[in-house]
Amino acid sequence: MSADHDGANLLEVRGLTKIFGTLTACDHIDLNIAKGEIHALLGENGAGKSTLVKMLFGSLEPNSGEIFWNGEAVRITSPGMAKKLGIGMVFQHFSLFEALTAAENIALSLDDGSPISSIAAKARALSFSYGLPLDPDSLVGDLSVGERQRIEIIRCLLQTPQLIILDEPTSVLTPQEADKLFETLERLRSEGKSILYISHRLEEVKRICDRATVLRHGKVVGHCNPREETASSLARMMVGNEVKAVVRAPAEGIETAAPLLEIRALSRKPATPFSIPLKNINLNVRAGEVIGIAGVAGNGQGEFFESVSGEVLQQDAASVRIRGKDAGALSITGRRLMGAAFVPEERLGHGAAPRMKLSENLLLSRHATDGKVFVGTGGAVKSAAVYAAAQRIIVAMDVRKSAPDPEAAALSGGNLQKFIVGRELDRSPAVMVVNQPTWGVDAGAAAHIRQALIELARSGSAVLVISQDLDELFEISDAIAVMHNGELSKPLPIADATFEKIGLLMGGAEPGHAEHVLETA
Amino acid sequence: MDITVNILLTIATAATPLLIAAIGELVVERSGVLNLGVEGMMIMGAVGGFGAGYLTGSPWIGLLAAIAMGAVFSLLFAVMTLSLATNQVATGLSLTLLGLGLSGMMGTSFVGQPGERLPNLYIPVLTDIPVVGRLLFGQDPIFYISIALTAAVMWFLFKTRTGLTLRSIGDSHTSAHALGIKVIRYRYLSVIFGGACAGLAGGHLSLVYTPQWVENMSAGRGWIALALVVFASWRPWRVLAGAYIFGAVWIGQLHAQAFGIPVPSQLLSSLPYLATVVVLVLISRNKRLTMMNTPASLGQPFVPDR
Repeated sequence: MSADHDGANLLEVRGLTKIFGTLTACDHIDLNIAKGEIHALLGENGAGKSTLVKMLFGSLEPNSGEIFWNGEAVRITSPGMAKKLGIGMVFQHFSLFEALTAAENIALSLDDGSPISSIAAKARALSFSYGLPLDPDSLVGDLSVGERQRIEIIRCLLQTPQLIILDEPTSVLTPQEADKLFETLERLRSEGKSILYISHRLEEVKRICDRATVLRHGKVVGHCNPREETASSLARMMVGNEVKAVVRAPAEGIETAAPLLEIRALSRKPATPFSIPLKNINLNVRAGEVIGIAGVAGNGQGEFFESVSGEVLQQDAASVRIRGKDAGALSITGRRLMGAAFVPEERLGHGAAPRMKLSENLLLSRHATDGKVFVGTGGAVKSAAVYAAAQRIIVAMDVRKSAPDPEAAALSGGNLQKFIVGRELDRSPAVMVVNQPTWGVDAGAAAHIRQALIELARSGSAVLVISQDLDELFEISDAIAVMHNGELSKPLPIADATFEKIGLLMGGAEPGHAEHVLETA
Repeated sequence: MDITVNILLTIATAATPLLIAAIGELVVERSGVLNLGVEGMMIMGAVGGFGAGYLTGSPWIGLLAAIAMGAVFSLLFAVMTLSLATNQVATGLSLTLLGLGLSGMMGTSFVGQPGERLPNLYIPVLTDIPVVGRLLFGQDPIFYISIALTAAVMWFLFKTRTGLTLRSIGDSHTSAHALGIKVIRYRYLSVIFGGACAGLAGGHLSLVYTPQWVENMSAGRGWIALALVVFASWRPWRVLAGAYIFGAVWIGQLHAQAFGIPVPSQLLSSLPYLATVVVLVLISRNKRLTMMNTPASLGQPFVPDR
């Protein structure tokens, strides 16, 4: 599809190239976006999607190539210039200010001098009309990832851009929230706006996108109409070969296996005025099984993970038990020494120190549990052993990177996630607790991580997965529990679980009271 | 009654340079830059202010010279840390060392010379009101500047758009850059503002407090101002409170020493520091507010990737 027979191109990109050192992140990319279309940009992690988008948004400068906006050649030298042209962007790694309120965050990206109070009102009205509930006065630092994304989207919409770039927008939304977003996008399209939609969820690309451009290793490998493709043909274009489907062998003898992770009457007061209290949570995770916890963002999953991992200690030591022993009063290291492993939601800054090398990040989380291997006499670090272990994980998890031992921040999101999950799996923990294992991770990498979690369980470990991705939970869990407003439902065996049942629980219905909720709704 | 008024006036005089230097540094740190060179900029302001006043005979020209001296000196720091992305802590420390040395050299011919003093405000009738007249209408001009400056900075940071932008840069310079905010430009202006304030504070020392030039006459006040900013959790009115608590206890212990109270003088001399720390720690107990007000990108060099 070239520009010659289509005069209504809003954006044309010709031969755009970006080179970092020896790595050609984008290699002569051609891309046309017509007015009023939703254009998908598909590609695995490290395929060059983010680099391309950053060049379009002016935060990176291309080495060569041309960009045409409404038929005129432009040089987009700064994000400010991109905004002036009419390009808006919703980032994957959110560019929000945690110490400011939602309204202040929105105000910062608007150029007019309107007072913050009126922006708050505008944001509230806009969020209401697009079905993205938002409290403008809440502090971003207190919000969940899903809520932060709403701010990003609303912030972008308030600028009334001509082209909206969305980077993995639905990865943190519930199916219902995603539907709302699609309605929003379709409405924007009908208003004549163009959307560049980056996603790894092929079903939704098929559902809403008019055209797709597929990138692999920095090059365009094809343009297509996603509606005429199947999810697996799209995946094949993206990955270059078939994506292996996740295989879940039936769990046997789980009912009689010993619970390795027990949560007993776990309660927690809200840490800040905006956070969710945990109310009397009970859960057993037995050897050999994967339990999934579903729920809408910001219903206490983060607080629950902090309590289980030991980031926050419990008053009652018996409220968290690992391998039959009380662990509630122990720190993260104490719990790790009992055989547990934890993968938090945020990769950068929580799961890994961004400016430290992968090997150093490995040492940070395992110096205590693998002390003998990694630390020698007098506390000296055995660098060679740490480096070797990091390389082992990199190979095992197929982590793609540009240097032998790069800084964590230099990896793309999915590759860093593979490393962080691999770092914990490498220990063969008896209990593994993961929060959002594949958030923002492409299909190939996600399948890899999911398969690894199932295999860990089948080898006799207890695995607890907190996720907002229902497809993922249905793919890997033996039972699914739902967290709503700080309370956890009873786990539903996967054979009995349906999207509808889980969806109702996510909306706050008591098990068995679903009809009641439907009546009052 | 007169003694009380005099004590209150000396407290204000002791607190004013701390307040001005700290308010300037607060703006700098809110933009995410840690300038440890306050002491150096202050002493440069003091020598510049004294010198210009002495040579021209006008303390007002001295005042302007003090401000300009601090601002120009801070520009050195700005170029190093912002354009060349050097380490802020090391650069700030060397700025202090350079300032102390350079001011000593520049001031050799001023030692022992009588200086010009900025006149106190005098408004007929108003200043003559007993007690409050002198406190409210009879102080030196820099005192009024310091109070106005605190109020202005408070309004600027929390009520204006530019202030919001400045705070956002301090919170995350990468996010700010992604939004198209000119991070480096904002930081340059902040650093220069901080320098001008430190220079003004130095000018207060050599044009009001003790109108003469003595080497090292800033005597660690720049460091106290830096500490005040942190203990006040980057909030202007707390800096004001901190500066005045420090000034009050400082003057109080001087009087106590003069009365010959049987407490070791070293202990009394340490009281202002102790009292300020205790009070500011107590009012900063709210972790949430502290988190909200701490500039998260403080001290990190910013190099936009292109």
